[in-house]
Amino acid sequence: MYNFAFHRPTGLRQASNMLGKLEEAKILAGGQTLIPTMKLRLASPGNVVDLNAIADELSGIELKGRSIVIGAMTRHADVANSDVVKQHLPALAYLAGLVGDPAVRHRGTIGGSLANNDPNADYPAAALGLGATIHTTKGKYEADNFFKGLFETALGADEIITKVSFPLAKKAGYEKFRNQASRFALVGVFVSKRGSEIRVAVTGAGSNGVFRVASFEEALKKRFAPKSLEGLTIPATGMNSDIHGSAEYRAHLVGVMARRAVTRANEFAAGEGED
Amino acid sequence: MPKVSMTVNGNAVTADADARTLLVQYLREGLRLTGTHVGCDTSQCGACVVHVDGKAVKACTMFAWEAEGKTVLTIEGLAQNGKLHPMQEAFRENHGLQCGFCTPGMIMTAVDMVNRKGHDLDDPTIRHELEGNICRCTGYHNIVKSIAAGAKAMA
Repeated sequence: MYNFAFHRPTGLRQASNMLGKLEEAKILAGGQTLIPTMKLRLASPGNVVDLNAIADELSGIELKGRSIVIGAMTRHADVANSDVVKQHLPALAYLAGLVGDPAVRHRGTIGGSLANNDPNADYPAAALGLGATIHTTKGKYEADNFFKGLFETALGADEIITKVSFPLAKKAGYEKFRNQASRFALVGVFVSKRGSEIRVAVTGAGSNGVFRVASFEEALKKRFAPKSLEGLTIPATGMNSDIHGSAEYRAHLVGVMARRAVTRANEFAAGEGED
Repeated sequence: MPKVSMTVNGNAVTADADARTLLVQYLREGLRLTGTHVGCDTSQCGACVVHVDGKAVKACTMFAWEAEGKTVLTIEGLAQNGKLHPMQEAFRENHGLQCGFCTPGMIMTAVDMVNRKGHDLDDPTIRHELEGNICRCTGYHNIVKSIAAGAKAMA
């Protein structure tokens, strides 16, 4: 990896200022993507701004009214094991427990995952699939307006995610078909039902990152059951195609994972589905 | 070169580290603690697992300076007074290793597993928890046996 200078701000404002002033600056949160990417020289930031000195200020999980609010530096392991999340939004705890492996989950953060917007990451599916609000040092974004394509978000260069607010859903589920080597989602589908609002968000499959499937959402409005999705498919155009799976294969998996996610959502809602 | 200081296996230590020096390089090259291995260098194999402030992490995916001031436990810190740690003893007893390359990471992961999940670990739990540790020799069977036995012995 190319060498760089590192900085350890002790406050959020200081961190934002550094990002604004330093050349080729990158935020280091959990480092579970940034460090491997730097090793491969896919990223070569001149400056790394580490948020771990202010991790306490940016961490925590709280039930606020009808939402769960999670600090940006909260580690995946803490979301997966949180009693609040397990009780009120079990699909989110379940998803967090599927990221990487136990050691990766001890470091990786929710803010880092969302800001990176890897097309195969899990958290973007949860944010879009629940209609989360992403709070930053400059304001807030609805998930529908946050993800802008491969590794692209609405975030400005000196903008930092501070917390994410997930509205509680009556039903929510996630199902993921893993790449056997990397454990990333080859296809992951997050579904939710909140009042009359149905969301189906897909990660891993789209060549432009996470996306919603309007036809599936429409079908689930009549009845939130896997049967409602039977026979429904999505076109292979716009799907990723690589050595791990063709576009057609991924398109097919979207349907399969969506039906399984609905089943899991119904199980969670019935107080089952823990495994 | 700048210095980085931390507590490793109970000892206050200081060694040179570049910005890009990984924790695993710091341990192996800076402190000559070569029990922590580098297998894949891509966060997948788990041969480099150590504990930082009591939690298992992949030392190839953390900069040394991120551990400044923290408490690190490596495989060398498990045995006490010349006596193997119960988890190490269980791996020896149950033939939980063949070439041994993955073993330090396996054992550090196993101890972390016990810290989080308790002493009564069933096979599915152990196998699931081992998803970040790869062994190319054993087929895992004896590793799973070793961890179940070691977990009990740690009680």
